[in-house]
Amino acid sequence: MSIDSQFTHKMWNDHELSKMVDGGVPFPMLSDAGGKVGTVYGVYDEEAGVEARGRFIIDPDGVVQGYEVLTPPVGRNVNETMRQVQAFQLVRATGGAEATPSGWRPGKQTLKPGVDLVGNVWKEWKTEQAFD
Amino acid sequence: MAEKAAGCTRPAGGPVGKEPDIIPEAEQQIIKEKKSMIKVGKPAPDFVASGYHKGEFVSVKISDYLGKWVLLCFYPGDFTFV
Repeated sequence: MSIDSQFTHKMWNDHELSKMVDGGVPFPMLSDAGGKVGTVYGVYDEEAGVEARGRFIIDPDGVVQGYEVLTPPVGRNVNETMRQVQAFQLVRATGGAEATPSGWRPGKQTLKPGVDLVGNVWKEWKTEQAFD
Repeated sequence: MAEKAAGCTRPAGGPVGKEPDIIPEAEQQIIKEKKSMIKVGKPAPDFVASGYHKGEFVSVKISDYLGKWVLLCFYPGDFTFV
């Protein structure tokens, strides 16, 4: 979503993005002319008239589980976004019985929050696991 | 005045000449309150937006995606290069 019109989105997709991605952009490119949606989401910069690089993870209940907002010159990390979605999906699938510690990615150990874990995280989880 | 180099932070432009009337403080307060609607663990504000998707112009309502995981991404503008 950006402040550009759907017509500009069409031009960008058809003339540039489709040269980078086979078949073009696979998801809807939305228009937020005037920045009204961006204002509600806290990413619209009134002075510049554009939106910051905001990324919101919304779960199947419509609840915001996480977000990241960067100023325009720095791009996002898609792998990190996907990792977070996978982590939230695991937590949801286990009904909150499992949690994903720092550095978790699919296949890595989770933690089971509860009375027994209090003061015992050091036995279950090592600081090296925070890193890839 | 020196022209600012083209970039993704370049202002889109705006009115020239006399400054518009200053918004009364009470109204400014309302605008500020409207700005802070995002909190993790709270519902995402619903919206409808027109867009472009696979050769068609579409209208998307974010609440139509209930039941699915959604990534909502904002960016400064089409043809930006980051």
